[in-house]
Amino acid sequence: MRLRFLLPAAVLVVLIVLFAFGLQHDPREVPSPLIGKPAPDFALRVVGEDTPFSRDDLLGRPLLVNFWASWCLACRVEHPLLMELARQGVEIVGIDYKDTDADGLRWLERHGNPYRHIVADERGSAGLDWGVYGVPETFVLDANGTIVHKHIGPIDEQAWRRTIQPLLTTAPARAATETR
Amino acid sequence: MRHPTVKAAVLSAALLAAGALVPLHAQSDGLSAAQAERYQALVTELRCLVCQNQSIADSNAPLAADLREQVRNQILAGRSDTQIHDYVTERYGDFVLYRPPFKPSTWLLWFGPFLLLAAALAVALRFAKRRATPQTPPPVDRERLQRLLEDTRQ
Repeated sequence: MRLRFLLPAAVLVVLIVLFAFGLQHDPREVPSPLIGKPAPDFALRVVGEDTPFSRDDLLGRPLLVNFWASWCLACRVEHPLLMELARQGVEIVGIDYKDTDADGLRWLERHGNPYRHIVADERGSAGLDWGVYGVPETFVLDANGTIVHKHIGPIDEQAWRRTIQPLLTTAPARAATETR
Repeated sequence: MRHPTVKAAVLSAALLAAGALVPLHAQSDGLSAAQAERYQALVTELRCLVCQNQSIADSNAPLAADLREQVRNQILAGRSDTQIHDYVTERYGDFVLYRPPFKPSTWLLWFGPFLLLAAALAVALRFAKRRATPQTPPPVDRERLQRLLEDTRQ
């Protein structure tokens, strides 16, 4: 007879645990299958120039690859933090996703440029290969060009301090950060 | 046509007609009948990542259009359905497949409903059994009953 009361209670506890887990889990964040794999190759060019830019240009030091666009509102949200990180010497490569060079450059002129390199992905082809499904998205790459982590949506202080910064500093070949 | 409601009616009829005429996803153009069929099957089975409860066939998100374009181009390039599936899952994971693959990490997904059904059946069966066995009422303490009745009468 005890079971009659215990069983619903146990079911309730299980449900609460499941719901608590579900609430902390954002269904919009789709885990990337690219984590731990080499970053996909691409053949793009620098915004406003004809200079080619490819995956090889990302090798040799850990860095952040940030997909953004001038039409992206959420990119404005994380922008001050990116500026601060750039000031601290973090190398960020900005990939201007589905944008025109003129709009992208004007946006950076107006708000400030946190990027060491600005790369144009007008048609979103690199975005597709990197599994980007919205901007901003930020990838943490180690010196070998392996994707260590992907952050979906604007980076905030907490994500930077808890996840991204430790990954960047433990990634190999950190000493090469300053040599370009 | 001076009356505003007439105007509105004509306008909305015109808009509806225009909407019906414009094919939403004309991207199966240039495909043979068999290819178009494969295209349809593929795009209805791939989930759009932007509006997650729509397939890329239904979604108007730019990314869905890009993926439809990819599917179309790869069909034209002679790639098989499995190759196209692999192409998408390499980038976006199993999440994009409305029909998830069968592997240890998805066992719960595939078996979960049956487990729940089994549990529900077990509970139902227990109840049914309990009902089926006639319950003998507990013996009545006639003296106590009498006392109670007398108490209430006073």
